[in-house]
Amino acid sequence: MTEEPVADLGVFDGPLATLGGPYNNHLALRAVLEDARRRGAERIICLGDLGGFGPNPGKIYPLLAEFEVVTIAGNYDRSLAERLADCGCGYTHPADNHFAQLSYDYTNRRTTDAERAWLRALPAAGRMTRGGRRWLFCHGSPRRVNEFLWESGSSDTFLERLARDASADQVLCTHTGLHWQRLLPSGARFVNVGAVGRPANDGSPTVWYAFFPAGASEAEFVPVAYDHEALAREMEGEGLPREFVETIRTGWWTTCLEILPAKERARGKY
Amino acid sequence: MSPIAPIAFSRTAAPRVPLLALDTVWFQVAGTLCNLTCHHCFVSCSPTNHAHEIMDRREVRRYLDEAASLGANDTYFTGGEPFLNREILEILEDALRFGPTTVLTNATLITPSRAGALSAMERSSRYSLEIRVSLDGLTPETNDPIRGEGCFDATMAGVRELANVGLSPILTVAQTWGDDEDRSLREGFHEFLRSNGLDHPRVKILPLFRIGREASRTRGYAAEEFLTEEHMRGHDPWTLQCSTSRMVTSRGVYVCPILIDSPDALMGKTLAETLRPFPLSHGACHTCWATGASCRN
Repeated sequence: MTEEPVADLGVFDGPLATLGGPYNNHLALRAVLEDARRRGAERIICLGDLGGFGPNPGKIYPLLAEFEVVTIAGNYDRSLAERLADCGCGYTHPADNHFAQLSYDYTNRRTTDAERAWLRALPAAGRMTRGGRRWLFCHGSPRRVNEFLWESGSSDTFLERLARDASADQVLCTHTGLHWQRLLPSGARFVNVGAVGRPANDGSPTVWYAFFPAGASEAEFVPVAYDHEALAREMEGEGLPREFVETIRTGWWTTCLEILPAKERARGKY
Repeated sequence: MSPIAPIAFSRTAAPRVPLLALDTVWFQVAGTLCNLTCHHCFVSCSPTNHAHEIMDRREVRRYLDEAASLGANDTYFTGGEPFLNREILEILEDALRFGPTTVLTNATLITPSRAGALSAMERSSRYSLEIRVSLDGLTPETNDPIRGEGCFDATMAGVRELANVGLSPILTVAQTWGDDEDRSLREGFHEFLRSNGLDHPRVKILPLFRIGREASRTRGYAAEEFLTEEHMRGHDPWTLQCSTSRMVTSRGVYVCPILIDSPDALMGKTLAETLRPFPLSHGACHTCWATGASCRN
């Protein structure tokens, strides 16, 4: 990560929204961005993985521009930028990879050269000073773009080390699709902001992002409802797998489940 | 090349994999003692193999403290059969206080009271407790020739005890079949678990390592199945588990769970002594490289 460009996000203490994983879900992204603006967010940061899962990838980019979102590169964005053969999500199970490949191939086919060039220019991380503390914005973990930081799979000592090695007092990440935060014994804080492109495997079709009121370091996780039925119909029209459509309608994950640790897996339906 | 690497493997310079970070610490918590004598066991565990001894709780705790001080993330407990260790429940409790914990078992010794204790500690921890259960076939006829007479029924009794208390073990299978049958077998394993009361079936397939008893069951490594610098060119070292983990046994700290029968894989007495590169000089290293396998979940 150290050799890759890091965006300097300056000093900012105002209301801040941070979101992850739009996954082509343009309807959810718009709803989240409007919600953030309504709450008074003066800056909005997206932690990457614009593509995958949902329909019509091209609809994401104008939204990011309209709401002046600062975007950090996810593994998906890097793969599309470099025309790689797969999304680089880091799944290890063949069943997970099977479905990941379907959505990657779909998205890859529909990504334009101009979009790839835009993705290639995204920074690998962002740094901000907030409340006098050093905030690091990344996709997977501070050290690897596709590392999964699950709540039940990350020990305090490990997170302390990641924060220390990254010279950060607060780390914001996504990649898992499930939101959580933890204040560590040292006072450092990890916030996984979740994903706005896919519901949180909780039986509700709403999606989640993280809002930080002025001066705050503790995240308020915000559930956002959107017209998920319209998205489901658009996905069906695009011929996307019915397993993906079911997740949008029900809020339960149906694919890429093998990677989940026991606790996170047990909370879901499948 | 490490000066302690055996002469037999040093025909060409083995590539060295750096320890990028110590994320995972394994424990050979039951030594090489097992109540089963599986024909494909890569460390030849058995009821009489004392190559590595059972570790006591105090010894494990010392390494857990060291792992925590080094910023490690998670721990794995294996053997042999971990439930032959009388302190295994207390040891797992200690480990769960530190971080995410996995225990690898054949489940034949999972009694209702042990299942209850595992469930209670899982619920009271913020971290996941993963239970990996080894099986090699979906019937006694396919499983028991590899793992032993009566083993299938005993394992499934243990799995049902776990399911009864709400625990969802990961079924771990060593791939003793060809790639052509792979897809249907994997789906079969999921369906099989569902029919045995597991609502969230999970399966992990491991490649066979051609060492230990497996070397005589099928074959050992061929001369060309060793790694050279050429193999590692462009290969992401993060995908090799020896770049991020170490294995503790009663004898000390080894590079990985597979190579504990290789004297040159013993890297030190403490974890801190083993935070250095390791030469990939073994046939088993070729398997990890070629299959992308990791012993992790």
